[in-house]
Amino acid sequence: MGDKTMTAEEVVSRLASGMTLGIGGWASRRKPMALVRALLRSDIGDLTVVSYGGPDVGMLAAAGRIRKLVTAFVTLDSIPLEPHYRAARERGGFALREVDEGMFQCGLRAAAQRLPFLPVRAGLGSDVMRVDPDLRTVTSPYADGETLVAMPALRLDAALVHVNRADRLGNGQYLGPDPYFDDLFCEAADAAYVSCERIVDTAELVKVAAPQSLLLKRLAVTGVVEAPNGAHFTSCAPEYGRDEEFQRRYATTPWPEFAARFLGADEAAYRAAVRGWRKEEER
Amino acid sequence: MAEGGGAVSATRAEYCVIACAEAWRGAGEVLASPMGPIPSLGARLARLTFAPDLLLTDGEALLVRPDGTPEGWLPYRQHLELVAGGRRHVMMGASQLDRYGNQNISCVGDWAHPRRQLLGVRGAPLNTLNNPTSYWVPRHSRRVFVERVDMVCGVGYDRAAGLGGAARFHHLARVVTDLGVFDFATLDHSMRLVSVHPGVSVERVREATGFPLAVADDVPFTREPEAEEARLIREVLDPAGARAREVPEGTGS
Repeated sequence: MGDKTMTAEEVVSRLASGMTLGIGGWASRRKPMALVRALLRSDIGDLTVVSYGGPDVGMLAAAGRIRKLVTAFVTLDSIPLEPHYRAARERGGFALREVDEGMFQCGLRAAAQRLPFLPVRAGLGSDVMRVDPDLRTVTSPYADGETLVAMPALRLDAALVHVNRADRLGNGQYLGPDPYFDDLFCEAADAAYVSCERIVDTAELVKVAAPQSLLLKRLAVTGVVEAPNGAHFTSCAPEYGRDEEFQRRYATTPWPEFAARFLGADEAAYRAAVRGWRKEEER
Repeated sequence: MAEGGGAVSATRAEYCVIACAEAWRGAGEVLASPMGPIPSLGARLARLTFAPDLLLTDGEALLVRPDGTPEGWLPYRQHLELVAGGRRHVMMGASQLDRYGNQNISCVGDWAHPRRQLLGVRGAPLNTLNNPTSYWVPRHSRRVFVERVDMVCGVGYDRAAGLGGAARFHHLARVVTDLGVFDFATLDHSMRLVSVHPGVSVERVREATGFPLAVADDVPFTREPEAEEARLIREVLDPAGARAREVPEGTGS
């Protein structure tokens, strides 16, 4: 059993332009932001991003790294409309496959189970079928004869997720109230990279919380990155809530200015820049 | 019809809370999913009075009693399954809504080149085909109530009619706005004015609606809150007055 620990930079070195990349979390909750920041420091682009979108999508869209986005929404939760995503979308910055939240889950499930599609009722009659002519329906072979959406598998080249704890082998644990869909993202991907607040010994995992908190299995995890505060500025319950003030700053600052100030040489530079900003605010 | 309807003891926002609460009357033991401050007050009011079997969430992953005590776990993955199972009545917002109940929260303008990007379709397609759905519109206007929505997220009756058996769970229960209450209980399932809030005229509603509205000869007023309901709203559920920030007094008359 190999030690899978690596740095965020090593994760990025295994990614490439043109990949289909799944990003875990939900909206502005437990997003793998340290990994997204490392990606933004690289020159990787032309990505197909698959995400229940939050500032991960906003930043990658603002930086012009997205060729195609697959999502059901993009929001900052406390700020309903993601301003950088909106701006990019309104200037036609990337292609969009817009599906329903339930269709999205079905697509990940189909990929995790190596199925070409899964039937789902959601989507019928709505314009998700109109704006995406690649979406097809499937008819039940049974007596009901019901016609449903055939949600295609959302197979990923790589997945990025962030959890509270992991061991060096890739067993990952969430400690907050919601696992979101991070296990599905990992299982739907050819390679999955997990950042965590803290790497602990395997034996520590079940001392902290019940075994059902062990969301990620090492057989579906390629790399483990220790990234304390690695979901900042999104929430990472129960260890920290969303940094609302900093999120407001992100949402109201022109992207080039924000990127210049906060996306420094590495994650340590990011943290230092955030500390500097906070000191300024307190004055 | 006369304006005002005599002595009015409640504020406009409070009529809206009552009207939202009524959406869950008789719903039974299902999940109430209100989106927005006034629908949330309505759902909790219903739970504390005439719909005690309702389930409510904390807005995240817990099912909670009105006092906040957790009674269950409902992470997003289970929430989506629960919607598909149908034991839920959701009250969503709407950036646009048409006469057959098609709803848009995705974008304004041509989807391929939107003039204004909004939230995205979210769970609206899932919701409308699987469980009873109502809508809440805090500012009733022609910008919201349009002849045709730019992107159908929530499915309306004309769209559902063509879907056969897959639409057998489709039901749009009601629309509540700062002006009145509406449903789709007409022969062709076009939107109908059910009641106006005291202080609102039928003419005012017609002016603010961008399509012809079905209106009965005699439109009643939205009912008055009972004394206990008024007390619960003012003292228990919303002592800080969030309802008046969403629907200020004196709007829409």
